[in-house]
Amino acid sequence: METVNVKFNGKPYEVQKGLTILRAAEAAQIKIPKLCDHPDLEPWAACGLCIVKLENSPKMFRSCAMDVQEGMSIITHDSEIVKVRKTVLELILSRHPNDCLKCGRNGNCELQNLAADFGIREVPYPQMVPDLPKDTSTSSIVLDPSKCVLCGRCAQVCQNMQNVWALEFLGRGFETRIAPAADVDLADSPCVKCGQCSAHCPVGAIYEKDQVAEVWNKINNQCPGCQDIYPVVQIAPAVRVAIGEAFGYEPGEISTGKLYAALRRLGFKAVFDTNFSADLTILEEGTEFVKRFTSNEKIPLITSCCPAWIDYLEKYDHDMIEHFSTAKSPQEMMGAMIKTYFAEQQKVDASKIYSVSVMPCTAKKFECDRNEDMFSSGYQDVDVVLTTRELARMIKQAGIDFAKLEDEHADEILAEYTGAGTIFGATGGVMEAALRSAYFLITKEELPDVNLVPVRGLDGVKEATIDIKGTSVNVAVAHGLVNVEYVLDKIRDALAKGEKSPYDFVEVMACRGGCVGGGGQPYGATDEIRAKRAAGIYKDDEQSEKRCSHQNPMITKIYKDFLGEPGSHKAHKLLHTSYKPRKLYNK
Amino acid sequence: MAYRSYILVCGGTGCESSHADKIYQNLKNEIEANQLFAQVQVIKTGCFGFCEQGPIVKILPENTFYVQVKPEDAKELVEEHIVKGRPVQRLIYNPNEDKNRSSLVTEEKDIQFYQKQFRVVLRNCGMIDPEVIEEYIARDGYAALEKVIFDMKPDDVIEELKKSGLRGRGGAGFPTWMKWNFTKNATNSETKYVVCNADEGDPGAYMDRSTLEGDPHSILEAMTIAGFTVGAQKGFIYIRAEYPLAINRLKIAIKQAKEMGLLGENILGSDFSFDIEIRLGAGAFVCGEETALLASIEGKRGMPIPRPPFPATHGLWKKPTVINNVETYANIPMVILKGGDWFSSIGTESSKGTKVFALTGKIKNSGLIEVPMGITLREIIYDIGGGIPGGRKFKAAQSGGPSGGVITEEFLDTPIDYENLAKLGSIMGSGGLIVMDEDDCMLDIAKFYLDFTVDESCGKCAPCRIGGKQLYGILDGISKGNGEIEDIQKLKDISLAMQRASLCGLGQTAPNPVASTLRYFENEYMEHIVDKKCSAGVCKDLLQFVIHKDKCVGCTVCARKCPVNAISGERKQPHEIDQSACIKCGACYEACKFQAITRG
Repeated sequence: METVNVKFNGKPYEVQKGLTILRAAEAAQIKIPKLCDHPDLEPWAACGLCIVKLENSPKMFRSCAMDVQEGMSIITHDSEIVKVRKTVLELILSRHPNDCLKCGRNGNCELQNLAADFGIREVPYPQMVPDLPKDTSTSSIVLDPSKCVLCGRCAQVCQNMQNVWALEFLGRGFETRIAPAADVDLADSPCVKCGQCSAHCPVGAIYEKDQVAEVWNKINNQCPGCQDIYPVVQIAPAVRVAIGEAFGYEPGEISTGKLYAALRRLGFKAVFDTNFSADLTILEEGTEFVKRFTSNEKIPLITSCCPAWIDYLEKYDHDMIEHFSTAKSPQEMMGAMIKTYFAEQQKVDASKIYSVSVMPCTAKKFECDRNEDMFSSGYQDVDVVLTTRELARMIKQAGIDFAKLEDEHADEILAEYTGAGTIFGATGGVMEAALRSAYFLITKEELPDVNLVPVRGLDGVKEATIDIKGTSVNVAVAHGLVNVEYVLDKIRDALAKGEKSPYDFVEVMACRGGCVGGGGQPYGATDEIRAKRAAGIYKDDEQSEKRCSHQNPMITKIYKDFLGEPGSHKAHKLLHTSYKPRKLYNK
Repeated sequence: MAYRSYILVCGGTGCESSHADKIYQNLKNEIEANQLFAQVQVIKTGCFGFCEQGPIVKILPENTFYVQVKPEDAKELVEEHIVKGRPVQRLIYNPNEDKNRSSLVTEEKDIQFYQKQFRVVLRNCGMIDPEVIEEYIARDGYAALEKVIFDMKPDDVIEELKKSGLRGRGGAGFPTWMKWNFTKNATNSETKYVVCNADEGDPGAYMDRSTLEGDPHSILEAMTIAGFTVGAQKGFIYIRAEYPLAINRLKIAIKQAKEMGLLGENILGSDFSFDIEIRLGAGAFVCGEETALLASIEGKRGMPIPRPPFPATHGLWKKPTVINNVETYANIPMVILKGGDWFSSIGTESSKGTKVFALTGKIKNSGLIEVPMGITLREIIYDIGGGIPGGRKFKAAQSGGPSGGVITEEFLDTPIDYENLAKLGSIMGSGGLIVMDEDDCMLDIAKFYLDFTVDESCGKCAPCRIGGKQLYGILDGISKGNGEIEDIQKLKDISLAMQRASLCGLGQTAPNPVASTLRYFENEYMEHIVDKKCSAGVCKDLLQFVIHKDKCVGCTVCARKCPVNAISGERKQPHEIDQSACIKCGACYEACKFQAITRG
């Protein structure tokens, strides 16, 4: 590691070259206040809080946007700097509602924390909060411009990390606000509901559509006609390694057993695990892949587990629709199985089942009524989707001491899972799981080493060639939507020239890190946290007795008892879907 | 001379809006009617600068300087001056405005307005037809480019600029040679760009517009020299769409320069190629800030980004980019032709050359002036500007527009250069110079500029976006009689936060008018806050017009002038103002011949 020598407040430090002053200061245990800077993003330099001085200059510089240089002598705190920061903070607070008690970010808000740190007791300037309407047009995300501090993170995430370009700065000066271009509603914009804007918002200006109250009403049988409803729940792979953060655990701590227990205490009559349906997905999608690969038809196959990616593809890349796997996502497969197979086995009236899923994702809220295929059981397969953040709030509201809960088991019929199911939660996981089973489906032998390390990790695009007994399978894994076009363009170029696609199988997850970094996960995700959550996922995999989806006995059973075989007519009806091109702007 | 006479008609935006175009047409028609077209040429030039007296018509070779010409004067000018050789006395400049016209000044050189001026940047404005490249060439145009391409190396150009001491005329005054040298030496990309910032946006400033309208080729030549020096092949002129005349003349100039091989492929037959494109700005003030300007050229929202890296190495599309403003470029050909030593002989120790100012406000001779650096404000206001009209008292002058500050009477004799203005709490800025007299309220001035910058803030950074709005709110409150003593501290706190923590020059300098008026006129603020009074009589909410019964003779003039019928009274009886109906327009105050109405 190349280093440079700098001074912070007169004290010498050797810090990594190429770091910004802000990051280098953090490495020297100096916390510089900030509101817009985020490790995922290029410096945007909007908030004006991270200002520092260089010795012998009265000027102040933004530490988020200036790199350390050899010999720099940096003043991070003196009375003038602190005074200016405080005034800037007071100005920001004068344009922010002070109804923290009623805000979804209460207790978990970067602005609130700064106000506490600075000891703000009153704001000397009059409140000037414009009365701007909320955008509640999507089923996933709510945009509340009156709370927005215009840090620009959401727009940067939307444009530079996700390449979606739904959010933009509108107006100018004091009237500047964040909204889709041309001021259309989010639902009419290119928004793919990935929710990364909400995960990066430092305050409560963009957040998941909160459906906690609705779920409480249902499971407490408090709504008209729901006295005899049968509430069930499923939890996604990535939830188990992140929800603990809301209860003081380190990221990556596996809390599957506690989650099952908590869900039962909340009143769910059956608790299922999406990891099971992830295994089911592998059987369907793996079979689909093997069929296409061996017949060299419509190669590459592109994964379709991620609803934000589905929305993105339908809007931006619909020329690739024929390459898209028709297999539904694990959430939707589970939804269909609950209201058919489970209802049948348990002798429950499917119309009475209230199917909740807990997802790391805001786009899953959009997915559950995305098209008519999401009603394959004859009812809406998944009734409501809660994010990890919403579930954490429910657990707190119910007074459950999560940390002290005894582990419980889920309802086996739709819950037993293999390591392959659990790794769906990390980027590369679907690919790895699919290849573990594809190897078996092609060779009828088990893969000697199931750890396919090249597809793991946080590189934006991962390319690998897997040898299946002499046959090479070329794969690509992209996460963070900005990385998608690189992969797709390579495919397009090759296909346009009549050449073989450079890849046979492509996995895409909209969010950086895959679902562990999903837009509905606990706040504060950075690469460091994503890596820790992913490590939890791989630990869960390693601890699993069975690590390939086709080895899951409950999967074998469900095909034998109910579905027939992968790709069967029944499986198609319940477990597959279709896609169509969509416009970027609806109006 | 190919013609016996030349009639020069000012074609700047100011004179054009006073029908200079019609004057030009009428003059041409008259020449035609008198069959003089072979002997007399009518030429539309750039701005003469003496805007107060426009439209200007100058006739050569006599150098007769006609002022306030109207289209219908064309006939007389031709028939009298051209045909009969008799100057038209009634159109000759009468500086003292005496009725018997005893002190007429016929020639430009004898007019006081021009006597302390020194024209480098505006050398061709009012001299040549900006739409005819040959006229520019005839005045040594493109000779500097030829010299650079064939006789100089890039380093020689840098050296000459260094000797000249030329500093950026856009505001901050960064040494031009250093900027060019950074870009020349930048190794991060082969592709480099040259950009001209013509996004002049200060209220009351029109230096760059006039230069582009009057001498567009000088900018093209300078940008091409910059391209040669730094190794760029492409230039962009970013100009606001509100400058249609300048844009049109630039387009004509680019076309002509290309036709003559002075722009485009293989310039002057050399292997150096350089092209220039015009990009129109939509008028956002922030787009004059260089990083926002570059973003706008790239097609993005005009919002500044943090520096470093500076545009010199990471500019347009992250490529090394020289960006200078119009006036800086206009100096370049002269630096090359006459040499850096010549240029550095003009001006002060730290600030070389001349500066163009748009002199406006409470000044007799408003107009566009070019003066050597180091001239005093007193010389500008009293010698060139002719002083304050109506015998009123000078109060302050604002330099640097909304980013600048006020200069008060005690500093009138300070030589004007970058450093001295900064010491006084103002800036050179791009050259707006607004003179204020005793009837101007300093709080109102600060409010005016802040209103502008609040409106023009891009909204990106919190200190500027919210700070400006809060500052304005406080000033507005004070001007309406709702001020409190604590407001002074709040103004100072917010100003400091904006100056230190705003991202770009707009936000950093936006509180300057407040900080500067507070520095020199805190008593005026206190008067508004404590006494709820505005001595200048500007802040309407603090004003009251009162008719003094002992002085009122009941002439009824005030009652008749009052637009809202707020004044009543019998003829020859003292009148009275209904304060609830009064809109404080001051019409009665102006109309009363008996000083019976007071304002306070």
